[in-house]
Amino acid sequence: MSDTEQPTDDHADDEFEPIQVFPEPEEMDLRPGADNCYKCSTCDTNCPVAEVDDEFPGPKFQGPEQWRLKRQDDHDIDDSVMKCSNCMRCDHACPSEVPLSQMHNTARGEYVAENMSKRSLEYWRNRLLSNYGTMARIGSKVPRLTNFVMGLSITKLVNDRLLGITSEREFPEFATETFRTWWADRGGAAIQSDDRRVAYFHGCYSNYNTPEVGKAMVRVFEHFGYEVLVPDQRCSGTPMYANGMLGDARRAAETNVPELAAAIEDGAAVIASCTSCSMSLRQEYPELFDLEGVHEVSDNTWEALEYLRVHEDLEAALSGTAVDLPDLAYHAPCHARNQGLDGQAIEVLDAIDGVDAHDVGDSCSGISGTYGWKSENYDTSMKIGEEMFEHMERADADTGLTECPTCAMQMEHGTGYEIKHPLQVLETALIGENDRSETGGGAESR
Amino acid sequence: MAIEDDVLVIGGGLAGATAALAAAEHDADVRLLSYKQSTLRHASGLIDVLGYTPAGEGPLAEPFEAIPDLPEGHPYERVGVDAVREALLFFDAVAGDAYSGAHTESNALVPTSGGTVKPTARYPAATEAGLASDPRDTLLVGFHGLPDFDAPLAADHLEAAGVPFAARGVTLPFPGIRRDDAKVTRYAHILDRDTPVDTGVGEAPARTALAETVRPHLESAARVGFPPILGDENAGVVRRDLEERLGIPVFEVPSGPPSLPGMRLEDLLYGALGEAGVRVTTGVPVVDYELEPAADGVESGAGDGDDTDAARIDRVLVDRKGREVPYRASEYVLATGGLVGKGIRSRREPVPTDGVDDAATHGTGDDPASSPAYRSSVGSDGAPAEPRTATGSEVDEALARRSGRVFEPIFDCHVPHAPDRYDWFVDDAFGDQPFARYGLTVDRELRPLDGEGDLEFSNLRAAGAVLGGYDYAAEKSGSGVSLATGYVAGSRAGERATEDAE
Repeated sequence: MSDTEQPTDDHADDEFEPIQVFPEPEEMDLRPGADNCYKCSTCDTNCPVAEVDDEFPGPKFQGPEQWRLKRQDDHDIDDSVMKCSNCMRCDHACPSEVPLSQMHNTARGEYVAENMSKRSLEYWRNRLLSNYGTMARIGSKVPRLTNFVMGLSITKLVNDRLLGITSEREFPEFATETFRTWWADRGGAAIQSDDRRVAYFHGCYSNYNTPEVGKAMVRVFEHFGYEVLVPDQRCSGTPMYANGMLGDARRAAETNVPELAAAIEDGAAVIASCTSCSMSLRQEYPELFDLEGVHEVSDNTWEALEYLRVHEDLEAALSGTAVDLPDLAYHAPCHARNQGLDGQAIEVLDAIDGVDAHDVGDSCSGISGTYGWKSENYDTSMKIGEEMFEHMERADADTGLTECPTCAMQMEHGTGYEIKHPLQVLETALIGENDRSETGGGAESR
Repeated sequence: MAIEDDVLVIGGGLAGATAALAAAEHDADVRLLSYKQSTLRHASGLIDVLGYTPAGEGPLAEPFEAIPDLPEGHPYERVGVDAVREALLFFDAVAGDAYSGAHTESNALVPTSGGTVKPTARYPAATEAGLASDPRDTLLVGFHGLPDFDAPLAADHLEAAGVPFAARGVTLPFPGIRRDDAKVTRYAHILDRDTPVDTGVGEAPARTALAETVRPHLESAARVGFPPILGDENAGVVRRDLEERLGIPVFEVPSGPPSLPGMRLEDLLYGALGEAGVRVTTGVPVVDYELEPAADGVESGAGDGDDTDAARIDRVLVDRKGREVPYRASEYVLATGGLVGKGIRSRREPVPTDGVDDAATHGTGDDPASSPAYRSSVGSDGAPAEPRTATGSEVDEALARRSGRVFEPIFDCHVPHAPDRYDWFVDDAFGDQPFARYGLTVDRELRPLDGEGDLEFSNLRAAGAVLGGYDYAAEKSGSGVSLATGYVAGSRAGERATEDAE
């Protein structure tokens, strides 16, 4: 985070009186962030979109430069902001603490609110994509039918031609049993504990599409004696920021923040298995939403392995365990990288016998959530991913590994590899293969 | 529990990467923590050792002859001239064929994008054919979309500087890029992948199209220089391909930020870190530290007798977007950079030190979970005077606790500086700027010293631009100091950590 949250144009009792640039202090003053930019262009050299797309002017323009242009009343947000994939690599790049992604998120929100027609197909397509959780809730009620319909070529054709959702990709299958259904059928937590308690933020994807990741989380934490809570929750907001749907994101946050804050009040730490979810709760929530409890949630949210690593002797627990996965091609999601989690999965899994995970480099997978699903971005998305695909193929593996569900889609799409979540490898090492009786039907594969 | 290693290097630039590699030579478990991307991305990629003396004499032909005369406190004086030589050998082993210049101790003269000539000790292989001491006539090629390199102007400047060759410059369109502000990575990407581009008369692979664009302008030139955008991952292939097509040697002219040669050097170093088994964590800042309990901490470093009673750092706290995560090692290296890299920071008003009990702020709690609670209690005591907003981040809070106007933000190591801000600089922009020398003072093992000249900590060493006592921009000594001090700090930390372990 940056010092942008501290307004600078309100120096009531300072001797030093800067020139008053705005009529009055704004709700979110990004000026200190813009002033921090000394135009070194390091962000531009990290932007995966600018590297492959001539039309994209890069993060330096989208952030500080556009913010300055906006000081003139007659300037609208440039529509190129919609080409930003929200990978947030520029945040980590900036040597001068400019809050680039925060600037992009607010600019995109403003563009959608003021410049995009609410009657356009693009608006509704983006709204549909960014509200994946809602779609999934409906679709997963009849998972087999939904999977069948979504897999039909006529559905894909209509999506592509009418909505601009690419027909190149296979829609992720809905699990026949959601994580929450499994959790309820199981009777909730198997372990009760007052002092070892975590609240699981499963997000949409491990609920509707990969419940095996959620189950792995539960089993691994229960293995270490934690009571797992599964609070009510909605989408973390990541796809909504990326589409400038800040209103939708805020509404979801208004559910998530009080629910998670209550769990924290009960002594739980918040655990996410998706690194974009943890990124959102940690960074974007406090940057974008002034909600009661938002900082408590930010300060008490962890990625699953990260939490175990700091609170348990994970290395000791894993030594002597064995899993037969000799060649894993690991991709660190951009959002994991920004939380300092880039080397973590490989370091942790290294302690397991028979597991050999190779890092496939620091390139972006290119899908960036909903970005690569849009027909107009598909080619850019695949061009960005090229480097990762090449490195995956060179890694001599047939299984991929990543924490991010959409990176996993892209990895699978580009290479045909089966993709696992590090928690699943941990589960197999610590507990063994899934107990069939608990697995329910059809959740193992995707 | 903390994430544990033997040696923890904070900072991911040239000094930090060198320190981590040097420590790993001693079979220590090494981790490198880097917050933002390093200023290597601003760097020319050249490895300067010493181009000018602190008095401004130069360009120096023989840097190693001038090093013994440097004043006390200069980083080279601290480590000694032999360590500088060793550090360069160490770099040569890491860089392999990617760098040239190891055949001599003398400085090479490399033309820059401004048309000046820079004395440097090592240079990327892509720069080799362009040396200013080479008498072959030269064509410089610039591109319309890259205004930082004005080739005709650079050629005129070189000739005015008296180089022993004829220099001519042309500015051409770059085939396949129409955008005025395309990123340097875009140019490199097109050449790296030899992407088909529109030449106006059909499509051609990018390198072919570029060679055809340049060929009519070669005339009698015996070599041709480009801005440093000739590929990234496949830069060697791109250059050789162009040389074959043009029939004469091709070189790159180093330029300012953003700089692909700097990025390639970064890639080279991080590749070496991976091979050496160094664990790398990026994207998150170290915001604080805790000391070892004094009662049993004193003995842990006993053995060579010079540890006195300086405190030992037990762990550092890394802010992962709001949550502080402890990292612990037995030896630490601070390589966070200078004023540009933000390893040294400044502010308008100092924080009054009264009321801030340093020993109390940095508790010795063994339970990481106790730390944030403890710290917030420190906050509520009203210790820091700097206004803290309700939404202030951990980073801001940590900064607010440091002392002085010019300060080191992680460990609050002593940074000597004039109390009046108007004494920090002189009016002549190219004059002898006091602020350029601000940084830590260290002993000969590169351990930071406090205002009294005593060790700040017994297990912390500092390397690179966070050190004071030299002006790297004026001396052209930035890379050399980073290499030499990184090498010494890392080697010493690696030795001590593995001794401690035994």
